[in-house]
Amino acid sequence: MMTLFWIAAGFAALLAAGWVMRFAGQMATGNKPAFRDMSLAVAFGYVLGVAVIVFAVWYYFQPAVTEQGMAVAGVLFFRWAVQGFAIFAIVAWIFRFFGRMVGSAGTKKLFRQMPLTAAFGLLVILIYAVLAIFAGAIAPYGQAEVFDQVNALPGGNAATGGNPAHLLGTDQIGRDLLSRLIYGAQNTVGIAFATTCLAFFLGGTFGFLAAVAQGWFDQILSRSVDVLMAIPSLIFALLLMTIASAWAGSEKWLLTIYMVLIIAVIDSTRVFRLARAVGMNIVVMDYIEAAKLRGEGLPYLIFREILPNAMAPLLAEFGLRFCFVFLTIASLSFLGVGIQPPLADWGTMVRDLAQFINFAAFSPLTAALPLMAAGAIALLTVAVNFVVDWMLQRSSGLKE
Amino acid sequence: MSDLLVDMRGVRIEGRSDETWMPIINGVDLTLKKGEVLGLIGESGAGKSTLGLAAMGFCRDGVRISGGSVSFDGVDLLAASSEVKRQLLGKRIAYVAQSAAASFNPAHKLMDQHVEAPVQHGVAGRAESAHDGVELYRKLRLPNPDEIGFRYPHQVSGGQLQRAMTAMAMACRPDLIIFDEPTTALDVTTQIEVLASIREIVEEFNTAAIYITHDLAVVAQMADRIKVLLKGDEVEEADTRTMLSAPKEDYTKSLWAVRAFERPEKPPVATDSTPVISVQGVTAAYGTVDVLQDVSFDIHAGRTVAVVGESGSGKSTTARCITGLLPPRIGQIELDGTPLPLDYRQRTKDQLRQVQMIYQMADTALNPRKSIGEIIGRPVEFYMGLRGAAKRKRVEDLLDQIEMPADQYFHRLPSELSGGQKQRIGIARALAAEPKFIICDEVTSALDQLVAEGILRLLARLQDELNLSYMFITHDLATVRAIADEVVVMKDGAVVEQGIKTEMFRPPHHAYTDLLLSSVPEMDPDWLTNLLKERGVDNIGDAAVGKMS
Repeated sequence: MMTLFWIAAGFAALLAAGWVMRFAGQMATGNKPAFRDMSLAVAFGYVLGVAVIVFAVWYYFQPAVTEQGMAVAGVLFFRWAVQGFAIFAIVAWIFRFFGRMVGSAGTKKLFRQMPLTAAFGLLVILIYAVLAIFAGAIAPYGQAEVFDQVNALPGGNAATGGNPAHLLGTDQIGRDLLSRLIYGAQNTVGIAFATTCLAFFLGGTFGFLAAVAQGWFDQILSRSVDVLMAIPSLIFALLLMTIASAWAGSEKWLLTIYMVLIIAVIDSTRVFRLARAVGMNIVVMDYIEAAKLRGEGLPYLIFREILPNAMAPLLAEFGLRFCFVFLTIASLSFLGVGIQPPLADWGTMVRDLAQFINFAAFSPLTAALPLMAAGAIALLTVAVNFVVDWMLQRSSGLKE
Repeated sequence: MSDLLVDMRGVRIEGRSDETWMPIINGVDLTLKKGEVLGLIGESGAGKSTLGLAAMGFCRDGVRISGGSVSFDGVDLLAASSEVKRQLLGKRIAYVAQSAAASFNPAHKLMDQHVEAPVQHGVAGRAESAHDGVELYRKLRLPNPDEIGFRYPHQVSGGQLQRAMTAMAMACRPDLIIFDEPTTALDVTTQIEVLASIREIVEEFNTAAIYITHDLAVVAQMADRIKVLLKGDEVEEADTRTMLSAPKEDYTKSLWAVRAFERPEKPPVATDSTPVISVQGVTAAYGTVDVLQDVSFDIHAGRTVAVVGESGSGKSTTARCITGLLPPRIGQIELDGTPLPLDYRQRTKDQLRQVQMIYQMADTALNPRKSIGEIIGRPVEFYMGLRGAAKRKRVEDLLDQIEMPADQYFHRLPSELSGGQKQRIGIARALAAEPKFIICDEVTSALDQLVAEGILRLLARLQDELNLSYMFITHDLATVRAIADEVVVMKDGAVVEQGIKTEMFRPPHHAYTDLLLSSVPEMDPDWLTNLLKERGVDNIGDAAVGKMS
């Protein structure tokens, strides 16, 4: 009850502060339209924003260590997050700056019009791509290499149970975590990318076919897709994976292929829906009619007339779908039926390291380990969406 | 205090494009007295709508008023707070948009939308304003005024919706209404009804109005004064009669002269010649409903047959039958005396090549993701089998033929062209197939008059050079007069009358042809008044009721 009261009181105080701020603004600027036409809700928003920023700054400068010498994990993690954010922003800015200086006139123009978020996303994707492609050269050890010291703590300080040879420590059976994190980019991202491409190829082709052909062909496809979509996707994937693991037997790599196929098929149903809906809108255009009357065949209609015009929504969907597929693979791996050991994978890493989160109060760095794998997933998801948003804005001229 | 209701001085408006502000209106004055109707005319892009909206102190997104003053009844609208403006807009200033179909909320009934403004502004209660709404519907001669308010926007016709929107604008008895091309999307026969009712109600309530349009003949009927705009500048302003009889500026004169284009009459067709296209007793249906009944006509080489009629009369359906998109249920289409397969999928490549089509909306007829060179090059490659340099040469020749320099336009996208240029590309794409016969489906109705005239002249020249046959679908009789050799009048899916153009325009004609012909607005400011007198006012109401059922 008291909590509710305090929330209400805080709300009222902010509202009052908003009113005062607006009134002061009106007085100070001689009733400029910016303050004159400001609604109380907007003024409240400004004040709330300022309050949040003030709190964040205050929290940032709280002591990170208690008087007893214990680390305050909350403050520490918050500082790391803020610092990481600042570093990424600066690096993205520098990246964009170099992009504007170097390269052809076309790429320079591209970088000049690029918002910082897109530069950040592009940079992250580039880093992931480099990590994934050159994982073998960058990682200090192999992903399946087992060392004697198990559960070495991160930080590389031998006095606190670390090992200078393993910067991020080792896992329960003695594999180097840094190497596994890097190899994870290769496995998780590579497999997710392949799966998404396959899903788009399937869903896009059939969706456009349904849009052009219509009639019974469309009915059969659409209803089958409805049936597939009616089953919760993760449970459906788990079910199929169980069957697939029986088929695959001891051939672990075969199971990975099955997983790619299963997720691609399940996700292609969503792509199918989108492609069909977008395609339906394009098919009624006069230029499609003109192409039909010219006597063009189906492949020309789909790939030369419809596809270029459906690119913008499909691209946006690709970004989202890639993230979903990525998360599905991570979840399946977390549940133990996805990417199979000894292949390194972020989802599996989160599962294996999950209990370390309990040590946050004693060793924040150790607790950060599962967060690092999870953060790698989150960072890529955000980055991909930033880039897709930007591409969408460029290709469709969306300004709103 | 002056007696001016609207007083705009030196208004400058800018629009944002590519991060810079481009001028749209360069310092235009506009004044309006109470009860006066001002016509704003100019081609598209002249800034008519922008200026009209600015009279409400309003700009679209990405547009700003950068200079000048706008005052409404003594209130400075540019300095007024949004609170003050909210009090004025809807209550004392109302706006009627071009497309009523797009402006009504399809999820609510007409009356629910009608009463919204009066109730919001506290002018009247719900029941009271609904009652008033019925009165307004009656005044605007909507059929079943007591019940039409309970319909949804999609359940009434376009002309009725436009009148319902006018009624909605009238709901608070505003002092000023801005009409933004309210009849542009309507048929001539419907347009008359809307014009007459708008004029009557504006006169009755002594409302001032700004009437925005590109159609001179329409504005001549409606306005007391006319202001001509060109690219954001005022060309001239005068009262309607002076403006029509003695325009001062060259630009205004050229606007007035557009309808002068007319082709000389051709000698009659030899009786034994085989028509290029012969439509024989075609009956076609969507589902089980027959939309065409026993349509027959011939089109000879080098001739233009205009098919006229209001929307829904089956003009475009006839075109779909000829192209094979809608196989007729009964009857057949002959090309050079040999019957064409009814379904386009069974036609040979050569048969498809002979029949080409130019569309009304060039925006949707050209693939926005392909360059001009690709769009025109595809039929060249597809039908003629040309590739590489030969293909490029042919595309450049075609661009020459439509008077667009190839080096300048070859790599452009459709979005980088003006409306008229897009339509020319549509023509070039049809020509690329080297056809005998081209169907032109309302090709000029989306264009400004000057641009439309250019397209018509181009089509006429191409016909003479290449001996093409056209089937020209239109509802604009001025276009028919300009380009047709023969005319086919359609109504409700059947041919009402057909014959040589000159005979068709000479009385006596069929009653429906007469209605169509007399509905075309003329430049005479007394035309509408006289016409209404001639027809008897009730006649219009009856016609509307007839259309309802």
